[in-house]
Amino acid sequence: MRLSMDLELQDIPGQLLLALQPFSDNKANIISVVHHRDRKTPRGMIPVRFVVEMDRSKIEIVNSKLKESGISVVRAGEDRLIEAVSVVLVGHVLHSDLGDTVNRIDSTGFAEVMDVSLIMTGVDEPSSAYLKIRATGKAEIQKALAILREVGAEKKLLVIEPIEAEAV
Amino acid sequence: MRDIKVSLVGYGIVGHGVVDVLNRKKKMLRDMGLNLKLISVTDHTGTVMAEDGVDADKILGERTLANLATTSMKGKEAISAIDSDLVVEVTPTNIVHGQPGLGHMEAALSSGKHVVTSNKGPLVVSYSRLKKLAEDNGVMMKFEATVGGTMPLISLVERTLVGNEIFGIRGIFNGTCNYILTRMTEEGIPYTHALSEAQDLGIAEADPSYDVEGVDTAGKVVILANSLFNMNIKYSDVDVTGITGVTPEALALAKKRGYAIKLIGDVPALTVRPTLVPLGSPIAVAGTLNSAAIYTDLSGTITVTGLGAGSIETASAILTDIVSIYRTKRIDAIF
Repeated sequence: MRLSMDLELQDIPGQLLLALQPFSDNKANIISVVHHRDRKTPRGMIPVRFVVEMDRSKIEIVNSKLKESGISVVRAGEDRLIEAVSVVLVGHVLHSDLGDTVNRIDSTGFAEVMDVSLIMTGVDEPSSAYLKIRATGKAEIQKALAILREVGAEKKLLVIEPIEAEAV
Repeated sequence: MRDIKVSLVGYGIVGHGVVDVLNRKKKMLRDMGLNLKLISVTDHTGTVMAEDGVDADKILGERTLANLATTSMKGKEAISAIDSDLVVEVTPTNIVHGQPGLGHMEAALSSGKHVVTSNKGPLVVSYSRLKKLAEDNGVMMKFEATVGGTMPLISLVERTLVGNEIFGIRGIFNGTCNYILTRMTEEGIPYTHALSEAQDLGIAEADPSYDVEGVDTAGKVVILANSLFNMNIKYSDVDVTGITGVTPEALALAKKRGYAIKLIGDVPALTVRPTLVPLGSPIAVAGTLNSAAIYTDLSGTITVTGLGAGSIETASAILTDIVSIYRTKRIDAIF
């Protein structure tokens, strides 16, 4: 699973290495480390964000090792929905039950609608909506788009999808 | 010096452009070793013939050939009767039955004449049959002007990118739709307003459905799929959605998130639909421009952009095709 962790390190040499050790010992694959030297906390600590791929069962061990080393773990959370896609819908978006449209995506378990902006110009006029969908992977994004296409056909909505960056 | 006798069939906007361009480029063509003579021009009223070449200055001022025709021969009859090496077919497009262009092209190819065309209809309706007819008669059929106007696409893939595997082509293939969507985004005006503006400027037809419903773009998708991807598909195989449902609000929402909405044709997906394109993308061109991204295995993604329509611009693509026929033949002759 992919995990993101916000740590706070003391501003003395060797702290980053100390923080990396438990991840390395537990075979975590480090995706990114962002060291915010310019954003010191009022207590003079340096915030660092780690994104790692690691076995779920090792999280507690890593956490306690970090604490033993005097490193405070401010936040640790699973980055479950790592892919995102933007979609624009046109038609009677609200009156064709927007709640249901969103729910069809959310109920999959692998994708969620994270952002909705709606512009309505008049009661009988078609409205336009922007949706941001997040999902657990690229394949799941495609599945979510397929669901949205289906819902669009059913509710007579124009579904405007993003162009794919690569040829498929 | 090689003498080439050219017959032009169709004398509308593109036909005028062809007469003009062939006249303007006479010297340049001679320098290349090609003595191109436009020996006949035919439209729905008749044919102007001249063995030494039709006088461009004399006919360019005329909207039709009604007052100038030296014979009443028209269409297939003229093509078969006139002894030319190459026929430029630029009559109006009909995407349903391909006529009259289809008949013209069949007559030309089967009598051993090369064909260069800007007419999508015959190619959408029966590309593989026309291609076979050309092969059987040992002549060539070229149609760069049918997709993206002056923007090099077919020759770019067939010649310059030869050796690459082409995974797909996506792009904006209709300047009218692109103009309307651009204006709706810029001014926040509704579709109907942008359309009437385009009509006033001569960018959209009085009956705009062919462009705005995505029919024209789909025709180009069919031509690309058949000619560059050997797909052997029909118009009905393309899933088409036009731009009439796109609202200024949808364009504004997309723009706020860094996207433009463009009518994108996609081969080999065989779709034509309004699509979100990142604003920084090289294919997100504005106004009446066309663009195409070509996805390849060796060269990565190649993007081209250019004017998709216009009299002189389309004639330029036709000129390129004419020259390429004789240049290819010269290379063949060496071996």
